[in-house]
Amino acid sequence: MITIGIWIAAGLTLCIYSFLYKDNPFYKFAESFYVGISAGYWLIYTYAYVIQPMLIEPIRNRGEFVLLIPAFFGLIMLSRWVPKIAWLSRWSIAFMVGIGAGLGVTGYIQGFLIPQIQATILPITGFNITSLNNLIIIVGVITTLLYFYFSKEHKGILGWTSRIGITFIMIAFGASFGYTVMARISLLIGRFYFLIYDWIIPIFG
Amino acid sequence: MIKGKGIPLAISFLTGTIIIIAFFIPHAPFGSFEEISLRWYSIIAGFTMLLGVDSLLRLHTNKIKRKENHWAYSIVLLFGFLLIVIVGIISTIRYGNAFLTGSGFMYMYDNMIIPLQSTMFSLLAFFIASAAYRAFRARNFDATLLLITAIIVMFGRVPISEMISPKIPIFTEWIMSVPQMAAKRGIIIGIALGAIGVSLRIILGIERSYLS
Repeated sequence: MITIGIWIAAGLTLCIYSFLYKDNPFYKFAESFYVGISAGYWLIYTYAYVIQPMLIEPIRNRGEFVLLIPAFFGLIMLSRWVPKIAWLSRWSIAFMVGIGAGLGVTGYIQGFLIPQIQATILPITGFNITSLNNLIIIVGVITTLLYFYFSKEHKGILGWTSRIGITFIMIAFGASFGYTVMARISLLIGRFYFLIYDWIIPIFG
Repeated sequence: MIKGKGIPLAISFLTGTIIIIAFFIPHAPFGSFEEISLRWYSIIAGFTMLLGVDSLLRLHTNKIKRKENHWAYSIVLLFGFLLIVIVGIISTIRYGNAFLTGSGFMYMYDNMIIPLQSTMFSLLAFFIASAAYRAFRARNFDATLLLITAIIVMFGRVPISEMISPKIPIFTEWIMSVPQMAAKRGIIIGIALGAIGVSLRIILGIERSYLS
């Protein structure tokens, strides 16, 4: 079974890499198969990790009938299938959006805004490397924020500061791009490692 | 009246407000509301999965019925979907959980989904080179800065850079932790402010586009 699995994985890997030559039926086959199998995977995942442990088990084993409320909202979400009662799905959407918005306010304040501001309020204690780095971070954060301030034309002081801001943004984008490229290269090495050491060498010697 | 936007707006207002209140009053009856609503959110989101899957299957079934261009690949898609769902159901019945090591479902995950997923992403390593050529042409100061930073970061992440000079990886680390971090932090603060603003607009019923 392990050998068959390796052959399937190697075949699908080669099908995808065949796209490097040009778009072809092998690639299209693997691509369509990937979409289908992923959709099926997430369906089973949702049942195994959401519906079963969060809804079915608590109702069946612990009698938590209050969970029939989200189940009701979930079911009326499916009313989109029946055009006559499709308006009911708005209730479920509103419920989800409301929760998302509530968490958006509290979560972003607590999880992003305050910690990021806290981390930016750094000490500058004389002429040393740490202070210089801290100064660069403070200037970088403020000027980046000013670059995204569009309520006033970027002229004069705002023009200069936003100019510094875009410099920081370009450095960040360049660094992120380089980082992403290296991550993709790592994946590529991983796939070639699999093809050579798990498939070619053990099977063909 | 019942079909209008009144009830959905009231639901959004109530759920959003209660979550905010629960944040500031972490005691009964609000204390556990955030946890409960997150659980409820997951359950409702679970049902939306069915809508997504239905949409995908309907699209491809129609493609096959109408014999549209490349309809044969829609059969492959449906085959892949049915195969993993059937194996998933059998694995759930047999093992109690399809995600147990050794189940047929995990066999398909390990030998089909993982290779396909990582190969798809690794394919970008090739195409990113042509994208880089277009994006990195040193036409002005900003593009040059982007180009130089990307090259330094890429170079600093491979062992040869340390062999040339041990200062290169240190410099790369400095770029990541100082100027890159500063801009990233600025962007995150901007996103947070934007998200808070949109959330408040939704709770107060000013933003209604999600109901259309």
